[in-house]
This record gives sequence, structure tokens and C-alpha cells, in this order.
Amino acid sequence: MILEVNNISFAYAGAPTLFSNISFSVKQGQIISIIGPNGVGKTTLLNCMANLAAPTEGEILLEGKDLKRMKAQEIAVKIAFVPQFIIPSFAYEVLSYVVTGCAPRMGTFEKPKQEHYAIAQQSLEQMKISHLAQKYYTQISGGERQQVSIARALAQRPKIILMDEPTAHLDYGNQIKVLKIIKKLAAEGYAAVITTHNPDHALLLGGEVAAINSNGQFIFGSSREVISEEFLSSLYGVDLRLHHIPGIGRDVCVAASL
Amino acid sequence: MNKGAYLRTVFILSLLLCCSALAAVCIGRLSVNPLDVYQVISSKLAKQPVIDETLEAMDTVLFKIRIPRTLAAMMVGAMLSLSGAVYQGVFKNPLVSPDILGVSSGASVGAASAILFGLGMVERQSFAFLGGIFAVVLATTIPKLLKNYSNLVLVLSGIIVSGFLTSLLAIMKFVAEEQTELSAIVFWQMGSFSPIDMKEVVAISPAFFIGTSLLMGLSWRINILSFGEVEAKTLGMNVRQIRGITIACASFLTASAVSICGTIGWIGLVIPHLARLLVGSDHTKMIPVTVISGALFMLVIDTIARALLTVEIPLSILTGVIGAPCYAWLLYRQRANVF
Repeated sequence: MILEVNNISFAYAGAPTLFSNISFSVKQGQIISIIGPNGVGKTTLLNCMANLAAPTEGEILLEGKDLKRMKAQEIAVKIAFVPQFIIPSFAYEVLSYVVTGCAPRMGTFEKPKQEHYAIAQQSLEQMKISHLAQKYYTQISGGERQQVSIARALAQRPKIILMDEPTAHLDYGNQIKVLKIIKKLAAEGYAAVITTHNPDHALLLGGEVAAINSNGQFIFGSSREVISEEFLSSLYGVDLRLHHIPGIGRDVCVAASL
Repeated sequence: MNKGAYLRTVFILSLLLCCSALAAVCIGRLSVNPLDVYQVISSKLAKQPVIDETLEAMDTVLFKIRIPRTLAAMMVGAMLSLSGAVYQGVFKNPLVSPDILGVSSGASVGAASAILFGLGMVERQSFAFLGGIFAVVLATTIPKLLKNYSNLVLVLSGIIVSGFLTSLLAIMKFVAEEQTELSAIVFWQMGSFSPIDMKEVVAISPAFFIGTSLLMGLSWRINILSFGEVEAKTLGMNVRQIRGITIACASFLTASAVSICGTIGWIGLVIPHLARLLVGSDHTKMIPVTVISGALFMLVIDTIARALLTVEIPLSILTGVIGAPCYAWLLYRQRANVF
């Protein structure tokens, strides 16, 4: 067990409680997809796990230690975060960007040396995008940028990778590519927690589903067990169907009609 | 940009800076030839008295006027450009200049009050320095009161503080005596190195050396800060601490520079862009290049300012007239790959 979420609740200052009593744990090699309609706090839950937001109640334990009592640097060697939007202000080269993943293991005044660039190169190879190393980060496509961002997370050598809507803003092919990457990372032993708007992605990834519904209720379990037609239709408030397609051997989630 | 090309750029710029410094020392109403400069300096270093009469005059011109002025111009240029680069990095915005947090308007109010009180040069400089620091302290206090530490709120506080101080300055100009005080304030605001001697150079040296070395040391962290607060935090950085240190250093640099020579526009905005064009956006490379090119640019501008006409041209006039077209050219050159 790497990360343990114990009974957390969250409310923004002066606003009603967003969600409460959420508990689950993240194990090595596990994929957890956080799903739910807009505004229920999927990203907030992910942010709590990344220590970007502090739960109003409850605690999150990283290998037994309370996140609140840990320094950002201690957390960053175990948890990597892939943000949804990356709007670079300056044109850094991809390699210079990826090498910043080594930051949590470096001193404040230290600058990346050969060994750090080697780690960055290796992460790019792991993502099969070594050819992007010298390109400007501002000049690559959205899909490539997402891959570069994951490569940076890998350079952190984390145990868990948190991704906020990793498939958002990507074309269909790139969405599937990113899902494949997530699956591969899990097979390599990383735990991956993602938020997604597409329940079919949760089905494709398998693993666990963490769902928050519009009443702030939390449902957690293996995707196969949790995801059903009734469950999805009530979660999103529209008529959704689950069909088993024999040719590809899996259940597919589709809208009934408009 | 590979290491070799970067080192070559640094070497060429340093060489240009050395040549310009030598030229700046030689050029002027009393022109000196480089060999005599060498002779005067070497006899000074050997602690031998200068015997030759013309060399003695040169000795005075060099050590009392030109060398201090050359050093001051280089340091001020480096300081303003460096703080511009740092502010741009920290605020993730290439349009930011060193006075974003109100340093320049604070310093102007400080200098103007010294002028109105009829105080001397030293007080004017100290008031300007304190005014600049006061403005930054004010601008960084507002986010604390609001308990909102985003960059946007900090920039807005900077705008509020400079807006207020600019109006205060306008009141001071309004009540100032036109012939003496008002012209002194206006002249101060346009920037000049003419009243500078070794005393000022010594006064800003600690700020220059400490600020520059700290910021050079943190240059890679500035890359990470420029990704924004979320990414910097998840990369394990203590964002508020590192951001605080870099902003404090940059503000000290600007306030010290402005205090001895008045406000000088453009340089803090343009030079970082030039550096990015030369060696790319990586702050570990662009910060050293910014420091050297800033020193070079300011030195060239100041030498033109004192040698072009019989009267001295205020610096901001030249930095604007030369800097603005340069900036347009830089934007044209880098349109594809810097933003």
C-alpha cells in the first residue's frame, strides 16, 4: 500500500462541502480512474492526493506518513503529477523540461549535470520519444506534449503518477495512445491515478474506479463490478448503455441516442 | 543549444565587454590612448607616483571620473537586466519589466522627496533606495492580507502600489519649484551617470555581488518557477520561499541600481529578450548572458550619452530611442520559437 486516503472531506472556503468520507488506498501497479459529472470534485480529489489542496477533514498517508506533515520535496520523490493544462511561457527544449523531473532529488542551488540528463534521456526513451529531445516544447503537438509531460513525471522516479484528465484536448488516436501508456506504466509497477470524463476509458483501463456522484457520494471498486448501465446512467443523468462486443471481447459504454 | 555554442557566445560577449570598457575609459573630452591607460593603471598598481604631467591629469580623469563611471554603468546595466530576466521568469511573463512591483515609482518618490527637502546627493540616493524597497514591501504585503499568493494578485498589487506612488510623485512635481526642484526631479527620472564616483560604485557593490551570485545559483529553479505554482510544487519546490528569495534579490538589485543613477527604462525589458534569442530560454544559460549583455548595452549607451553631444543626453532617452526599435527587431526575429 503506497497511498492511503482516510475519510477525507473537502470544502472550499465559504462553500458547502464538496465531498465527504472518501476512503480508499492505492497499491503498486494499480490503475484508479476517478469518474463523475462536472463539478463533483474529481480534480480536487486528485489535487488532495498531490498535496496541492488540503482536505478539510481526514488524512492522506503516503507510506504511513501524513502528507500534511511532509515537505514538498519528500512528497515529490514518490508522487508525480501530470497537470491537465501546460501553458509554457518560454520555449524550453524538451530535454531541459524533462530534466526538471530530477529536481526533488537535487539541492536548491544545484544545476542538472550529466547524470540528470541521462535520467531525462532514459525517461524519453521509456516513452519512445527520444527524437523530441532537442525540439522546442512550444512547437510540438498536444499529444507529444502530454507524452513529454509523462516523461518528466517518470524522471521523478515516483511510485505513483497522478494525471489530471490525461486524455483531454487530444485527438482520438492520441487518447488511446495515452491510455496504452498508462496501462504499460502500471505493468511496470507504477501506480496510476487519473481523472477522466469518459467512462469507456475506465473500462478500457480496467483496474479500479473511484466515482463521485452529484450528491457527493463516493463509490469505489473494480471497474468490472462497479460499472453497470444503471450506475452510469444515474451518475451522468443521461441514458447510457453498456454493450458487450464479442469481436473485441470487452464491454463498451455508449449513449443510447440523442 | 549545445554547451560549446553557449560558451562561445559567453566568450564573445565578454570580449566585447572588455573592449567596450577600455574604449569607454579612453573616449571623452580628454581622449586618452589605450597605452597611456595601461601605463597609468600599472603605475597605480605598482604604487609608483606618476611623474609625467599629462599622465597626472589622466590619472585624475581616469580614477576620479571614467573608471568609476564605467564600472557603475556596467553594474547598473547588469543589475537592471538581471532583475528584468528574473521577474519575467518568476511571473511567467516575457512582458514584465523590473518595475512591475513598483520599485521605480517608489524610488522616484524617495528621490523627489529628498530633492524637495533640499537634501544632498547621498540622501537622495538613500531615499531612492528606501523608497524602492518600501514599494516592493507594500506590493508583497497586499497578497498576504488577501491570503492569496497567486502571481496575478502580486502583479495587481504592484500595479496598485505604482499607481498610488506615481500620483504621489505627480503631487510632488506639482508643488515643486519649477526652475530648480522640478527640473531636478525630471532629470533624475531620465537617469544619468554623471554624478557618479567611486563612492557609489562601492555602495552598490554588495548588492551587485550578493544578488547576482544568489540569482545565478537559483537560475535553474527559476526555470521551474516559470512552469507555474502547481508544477513547481509537485516538483518538490518550496515555491513561496524560492519565489520570495528571487523577488527580494531582484528588487534589491533594481533599487540599488536606480538609487545611484535614476530610473532607466527599457533595458530590463529588452536585454532578457536578446539573451533568449542568443542562447534560448533556459535560465541557467540566459541569466549569465543577460548579465553580460546588460552591462555591455548600458556601457555603450552611457558612452554615447556623454560623448555624442557637448551636453549629456539623459539615459532613458537613448535607451528608448535605441531600445524600442531593437525590441521590435527582436520580436520579429524570435516570433517563431520563444513564446
